[in-house]
Amino acid sequence: MSGVHRLRSYEHVDSPVHRAPPSLKLLAALLLVIAIAFVPVGRAGWLVLVLLGLAGVARAARVPIGAFVARVAIAEPFILGVAVLSLFQGRGVAIFLAVALKSTTCVAAVQLLAHSTPFQDILDVLRRARVPAVLIHTLGLTHRYLFVLVEETRRMQRARAARTWESRRGSSWKALASVIAVSFVRSAARAERIYVAMRARGWS
Amino acid sequence: MHVPDGFLSPPVAIACATLAVAGVGAAASRSRALLGSRSVPRMGVTAAFIFSAQMINFPVAGGTSGHLVGGALAAVLLGPSAAVVAMTAVLAMQCLVFGDGGLLALGANVLNMAVVHPVVGFAVYRLLVGRDGAQRSPSAARRIASLAFASWVATVVAAATCAGELALSRVASPSVVFPAMVAIHLAIGLGEALIAALVLAAILRLRPELLERSHLAPSASPGSIVVLGLAAALGLALFVSPFACRWPDGLERVAERVGLEPSQVQLTAAPMRDYVIPGIKSASLATSLAAAAGTLLVFGLSCALGSWLAAPSRS
Repeated sequence: MSGVHRLRSYEHVDSPVHRAPPSLKLLAALLLVIAIAFVPVGRAGWLVLVLLGLAGVARAARVPIGAFVARVAIAEPFILGVAVLSLFQGRGVAIFLAVALKSTTCVAAVQLLAHSTPFQDILDVLRRARVPAVLIHTLGLTHRYLFVLVEETRRMQRARAARTWESRRGSSWKALASVIAVSFVRSAARAERIYVAMRARGWS
Repeated sequence: MHVPDGFLSPPVAIACATLAVAGVGAAASRSRALLGSRSVPRMGVTAAFIFSAQMINFPVAGGTSGHLVGGALAAVLLGPSAAVVAMTAVLAMQCLVFGDGGLLALGANVLNMAVVHPVVGFAVYRLLVGRDGAQRSPSAARRIASLAFASWVATVVAAATCAGELALSRVASPSVVFPAMVAIHLAIGLGEALIAALVLAAILRLRPELLERSHLAPSASPGSIVVLGLAAALGLALFVSPFACRWPDGLERVAERVGLEPSQVQLTAAPMRDYVIPGIKSASLATSLAAAAGTLLVFGLSCALGSWLAAPSRS
């Protein structure tokens, strides 16, 4: 969960995949993930072909193949960590391999969706799918302020690091917790300001 | 605790998604009823806050680090319904913007981390802190201790729900997945409790009045809090209770109901064979005693933490 690189995304590159209708991409990803869930353990080997196909789509979407592999690899420790639990049963190895492969393929599909579709487009699809407006607006605001707040938290940590000694074990828990607390206090004030600004512009 | 795609069987994923939709829908309408038009900016900005809080890494021994989940903390800071919606927004961002966490598994992740974690956390917190009357609000030490314990319980319960989902999906045998998930989260929960307590202590020091107004008014729409509570309770009932109460019997019943022969799922009695207290004959009794002792220990630690962090000399 660290590193700015994870916040950089390829969602605004121009490619045939990016130009495809977002509803189509969302539906395709969802159907693919559901189909993969139905694949029986014995047939999971075929998913290697699906994985290769997704890598091809990533290439068409001009997502650098190294970055694509790296993004999928980030999820791998979590996948393997859970999949290891399946080893302790009958046919454990087969289930382990099938589950790991299924999960990796799904992660690749979701990564591809996330990095070829601007979030506003996904919100539009959800709005047309009659998701309640409260949720759509909340998600929109979350996306809008996510990067602002992450950057602000970073700034606070940088400022603190510049002014204080770092202990050998990194920063102490108490100092880190106070960064979170200050961030909460600021976010509460910010929410109030945004609310007033929205009201002034006719929000109800 | 993030379940990736590929682990859950379609029926389990659908059941989780249904409960998650019911819970989040009820939470959204309740939050709207309580806060009015203020609810949307409040929940949106808070979701962004939780996301940024989750990115702060706390160093644990050996170069590893952990971070806050924040469901119980958010429920105490904002009230349970706004916390459910904000946590859902965080999970949706992680999935749809950054590609972390499954698309089909989003329902399960929302159920575990955005419904069960805040609702269970808030219920425990409310139980311990007592109903705050009009004139007397609970002491800082009591609040911090209650939140610490509530965060620990919420983390362990959410992990057990997650384990139940994996076991019902037949990914792993319940006698493995339950002890493993629960044992790991008994430890992770301690970290969660400590971070949540430190954050609450700092907020109580900086701006205590922010917490006064969040302990929301009388429940404005009793209907939706019933649905919200039901969604969390049903999640627990579906995914935890078949395994937790009479261990092998309950499991056999579930196995029969979903049409598995018992031989396919290895049924092992006494899930925590290694956690047995010596000198006590019955394995399940020993497990229960060990669990009770551990819970009491964490409760004691929470109380000590509360009075330590709230002591004026410490601030």
